[in-house]
Amino acid sequence: MILVTVGTQLGFDRLIRAMDDLAVDLSLPVLAQIGDGEYVPRNMTFQPLIQPAEFDELARVSQLVVGHAGTGTILTAAKFKKPAVLLPRRASLGEHRNDHQLATAHAFGSRAGIFIAMDEKDLGKMVTQALEFEAPLEEESVSRHELQKSITDYLHRWG
Amino acid sequence: MFIAEMEAVLSATKGPILAASSGGGHWEELMLLRSAFEGFQVHYATTDLKIAEHHAVECVHIIPDCNQDTPLKSIICFFSALRLIVKTRPKVVISTGAAPGFFCILAGRLLGSRTLWIDSVANGEELSMCGRLSTAVAHECWTQWAHLSCENRPAYKGSVL
Repeated sequence: MILVTVGTQLGFDRLIRAMDDLAVDLSLPVLAQIGDGEYVPRNMTFQPLIQPAEFDELARVSQLVVGHAGTGTILTAAKFKKPAVLLPRRASLGEHRNDHQLATAHAFGSRAGIFIAMDEKDLGKMVTQALEFEAPLEEESVSRHELQKSITDYLHRWG
Repeated sequence: MFIAEMEAVLSATKGPILAASSGGGHWEELMLLRSAFEGFQVHYATTDLKIAEHHAVECVHIIPDCNQDTPLKSIICFFSALRLIVKTRPKVVISTGAAPGFFCILAGRLLGSRTLWIDSVANGEELSMCGRLSTAVAHECWTQWAHLSCENRPAYKGSVL
């Protein structure tokens, strides 16, 4: 199953329309959280909002997460060790206040398991590549432990 | 044995800490850092009760959401943060963003708490606006990207991803 998300706030019709077109040819079922988008999908199951517990469960059983380039999407995919295809929202198309998602895509684009579609026309190619991706064995996040320890040290000093 | 037990009791009552974050990615980052708060009494502040319940967070306060485009909501959020600081009297306020978290940092600073801002891992090219304000307002301002650190304001101390 492929899980598609536009986040929990704004709609993102460009992504939903493109995935709806692709869904016809994909062998896996597609389920989309479409936010308050206006486009109504015909080839994939969808709902405006998926509750957090259910969303996590869907991510856990999915083969792939496709979404806007929001950190929630990236963190969810990382949590369940799924590949992620990201289409950044663009301010010029009225999809976001600024081009922050382009910066996010640039920052994470070279990480293993993350595939950036700069344009909705690239989505099909990125989805194919992502489905072929094999997640590496679990490794401890050294940088996360470092941050946790820094916080603990700070709290012990001032808390 | 007795000393170890006493230390355990004393460290279990350390704090309180206020950990504040908007919903969405900022909250997910805060949840990934939760183990760092072990041994401290923690109050959480966020903008969406449902996500707090989802992570089984026990002591949560809801504050209004806001952003730089909603000045009136921001004022309301700031006063809500002030009331929260007065109510909980945290020794330390930590936030992973965004604007509601910043107002908790600001309120905490004004009322005598130590304050720690951790800029979101989403901001890989430059510090967020609230992050930039936090280099002046918060006692500590950290970025999660080493190339963005600058003479400790912000400092790089690790990253959730």
